[in-house]
Amino acid sequence: MQATTHKTAHAHGHDEHHHEPGFWQKYVFSTDHKMIGIQYGLTALAFLLFGFFLMLCMRWQIAHPSQPIPVVGPLLASVLGDVAAKGVMSADLYNSFGAMHGTIMVFLAIVPLAFGAFGNYVVPLQIGAPDMAFPRVNMASYQFYVIGGIIMFVSFFIPGGAAQAGWTSYSPLATTIPTHGQAFWLIGMVFLITSSLLGAVNFIATIIQLRAPGMTWMRLPFFVWAQFVTGFLLLLAFPPLEAAGVMQLMDNLFGTSFFLPTGLAVGGRLADISGGGSPLLWQHLFWFLGHPEVYVLILPAMGIVGEVIANNTRKPIWGYKSLVFSVVAIGFLSFIVWAHHMYLTGMGTKISAFFQTTTMIISIPSVIILTCLFISLWGGSIRFNTPMLFALAFLPMFGIGGLTGLPLGFAAADLHLHDTYYVIAHFHYVVAPGTIFALFAGIYYWFPKMTGRMMNEFWGKVHFWGSFLFMNVVFQPMFFQGMQGMIRRMADGGANYATATNPGAIGGLSKLMLDLHSVILWGAVGLGLCQIPFIINLFYSIKNGKKVENDNPWNATTLEWQTPTPPPHGNFDHAPEARRGPYDYSVPGAAKDYTPQNQA
Amino acid sequence: MSDHTQHDSHHDIAKHVKVYILVFVALLVGTVVTVGLNYLHFESMRLTIAIALFVAIIKATLVACYFMHLISEKKMIYVILAFTVFFFAGLMGLTLWTYADPPALTTFH
Amino acid sequence: MEIPYTSQARPDTGIYNAKVGIWLFLASEVMLFGALFSAYILLRVGAPDGTWVHGLLNIPIGTFNTAVLITSSVTVVLSWAALKMGNFGRYKIYQSVTILCALGFLGIKSFEYKEKFSHYEVWLKKPITVKHGEHEVQVDRLLGHIEYQGKHPAFWNTKTLAGATEIKDASGKVIKAAVPPVEAFKLEPDPFHYTMTAKEIAHAKKAAAGKPHEAIEIKAADVKRLSAFVPSHSTYFAIYFTLTALHALHVFGGALVIFYIWGPGAKMWKTDPEQYINRVEVSGLFWHFVDLVWIFLFPVLYLL
Repeated sequence: MQATTHKTAHAHGHDEHHHEPGFWQKYVFSTDHKMIGIQYGLTALAFLLFGFFLMLCMRWQIAHPSQPIPVVGPLLASVLGDVAAKGVMSADLYNSFGAMHGTIMVFLAIVPLAFGAFGNYVVPLQIGAPDMAFPRVNMASYQFYVIGGIIMFVSFFIPGGAAQAGWTSYSPLATTIPTHGQAFWLIGMVFLITSSLLGAVNFIATIIQLRAPGMTWMRLPFFVWAQFVTGFLLLLAFPPLEAAGVMQLMDNLFGTSFFLPTGLAVGGRLADISGGGSPLLWQHLFWFLGHPEVYVLILPAMGIVGEVIANNTRKPIWGYKSLVFSVVAIGFLSFIVWAHHMYLTGMGTKISAFFQTTTMIISIPSVIILTCLFISLWGGSIRFNTPMLFALAFLPMFGIGGLTGLPLGFAAADLHLHDTYYVIAHFHYVVAPGTIFALFAGIYYWFPKMTGRMMNEFWGKVHFWGSFLFMNVVFQPMFFQGMQGMIRRMADGGANYATATNPGAIGGLSKLMLDLHSVILWGAVGLGLCQIPFIINLFYSIKNGKKVENDNPWNATTLEWQTPTPPPHGNFDHAPEARRGPYDYSVPGAAKDYTPQNQA
Repeated sequence: MSDHTQHDSHHDIAKHVKVYILVFVALLVGTVVTVGLNYLHFESMRLTIAIALFVAIIKATLVACYFMHLISEKKMIYVILAFTVFFFAGLMGLTLWTYADPPALTTFH
Repeated sequence: MEIPYTSQARPDTGIYNAKVGIWLFLASEVMLFGALFSAYILLRVGAPDGTWVHGLLNIPIGTFNTAVLITSSVTVVLSWAALKMGNFGRYKIYQSVTILCALGFLGIKSFEYKEKFSHYEVWLKKPITVKHGEHEVQVDRLLGHIEYQGKHPAFWNTKTLAGATEIKDASGKVIKAAVPPVEAFKLEPDPFHYTMTAKEIAHAKKAAAGKPHEAIEIKAADVKRLSAFVPSHSTYFAIYFTLTALHALHVFGGALVIFYIWGPGAKMWKTDPEQYINRVEVSGLFWHFVDLVWIFLFPVLYLL
């Protein structure tokens, strides 16, 4: 990647005094959206791997309670000391791995990859712009992300370790744990939120202001619409969490009681605080972000799937207007459903009914989107290349994830399912074989535009089939464990509640449910092994992949494929003109089975 | 602003300057009124809050419309702000509603 | 290809890029301060009747500070108007007033904060008799200033009274000297308490005006809790300090940007006057937002 961008760094059309930027200017302090996109992408993939590693340790430990983890155990013991004594994860360590797995996956891996990486690289190209509206703000956004990531990573190594109160950081637990991990988490979050806010401002302003002539709103690729709505979600939903984070930081460091109620007792003794605070307030402010956040995780993925499907069926996606209307509706509704995460906090029936209603309503546009994507396959001339395989698998996987969300949205059913493994299965189905598959599709799809080479198809298919199989092996059993009452976040995996050790007790966990932990573990190991060909493929193909024959190896219609490979600084010599819709595949009477968007 | 060709003349800006001074005086008066009313010590807390917020909203509207030029701004900005106001109202309103609608036999005090 | 519409407006939207950007950013700031205001409302509504702290902030100073910020708000827009009319000198003057007002605001705020840190509430284990205005009452909570060994200390709390033990490092060297516990201290009590209504507080202040402060002696053993008016005192002060500190940070940041454009960045007036005017306008919009937040903060925190 570096070699090819180096060669074509010289853009024509710039003023003559522009000389070749040095290494630092080009690769580290770049303001070019493509370089920033790649920076986001590589950093996010590294965090994705790290988050996966944390999960593997946890899954191994709960499948083998009290036993030392092979190979990794001694490593943890030597690096982290007592909390991993003799290679066995203590409960506290398990909790901090759990909290950080969630935090890292959501805020350091998926959002930066889906929004920061793909959004940055592709959106300006697809709308025919030379760059983002505010390139230096773009660079700052990446830098804040890195700083936030470093703070999160470093928190593992401070005395007491990383945050332990879940990625949701509920007070009073988050405030009364006597270590500093939570403070690091909060400070890290402030940086990450700032990064997202800067990015959101940039994306929205760019899409509004920098569309090329002829690129009307209803000619935008679906991917751009998805990123546009995502930008608004980040812009307006993150600040309340930032406010809450500042307040929790005040609770932790300055002894305030924003979220600490009067009469709070810690360790059997009354806490020395003013009291008067509200733990519920934290939950409201957290989930006000938390819910739009999950749509931030899914919308870019839907956008990618739309692009890949249109391209590999050789026909326009079905129901463009419905798709646009649905993403806007999802964006809007996502702000008024948040308390469905709080059904068990003692809400009255009226407000409970309100949130249940809005939650049910928001499922409608999601189903519309999925249906349009499914119908898009009908009558298509389908090419089963690696990006398409991932995009196709996204559909049923997101379907399962979305449908299993419905019982959780009903307050009555949620009484039974809240905080169980059912919830874990639901949201992982949406994000793991859902979003991550779409992101893989995007990587395989846009890799040739970034590097001028194709990723290896054979190993891509190996990556796909292995991931597809093992994702289901890992997450499918969790639905059943959850319905049987297995609660989340138990460091011993529920062994304490086994019917075997509590004979006659009602609601215990059967041996089968506990044994499923082993099945899940081996699924996770398999899943991890299947990522190895992907990692090798990704880096090997940069220099040794099959060279593309032209700038548009997928014969695609959208504007990013009508540029040199890779696109130079400034992307286009002169502003391109959009003369037609984004998916003019198989236009009757046309010479080829695709007509680029800038072709008359 | 470079997009308002008809507002570029000195005469028009001078008219705007008059408006700015008027708004400035209004804001100062509003401040004095708010503080003055405060010393009246109304019996009802609700009335006190309503009056204080009412004056604050008027002052805020003046700043937004005239100092920030919102009164002559483009539709795009109004759309962005309308969504923001709606979501802010949702955040405040729905959160307060959870306190006002507790389950039977529960209070939040 | 250069980025278009950096100073020229885009025909269909009618706006230049930075203006879209700043309004988007301000929208996010509305959500940020809005969340804090929501927190304020929830905490206040959730507090038991009569316990919410009020009447402890200096209203004349707050009013003056409000006037300072309003002044800076008009000078910021007048400086932009001067630039639009081509008058660089007038712009410089008005904008320097803006910056001075900002510094003044921050200075006054720091003074207010400092004053709070040496003002206390004491919770006693047993009630004692105190004068509130003209009435003698039995109270177990007092407000006032502490006098100890001739000084008026700040940041004392319950733990301070217990003193501190010596801290030695591994080699036995003393890193922190021992602090002896406080046996007793003098308190100059306020003639009111915040659990009284605003009317009662006003009456009490009036009745006690001009009369000398009588300090009373309080034994540390009688103290249940001691706290200065710091964030940990109560949720009222927690939200007060959080809201005003965050606001002050925005005042500082905004002033910094306005100063940069006024000073080091003024070269752009010669090279690209349209872009320069836009920068002044955009930073002005941010400044007005900061003023807007204060327009709500002042009555909510000081008066209600």
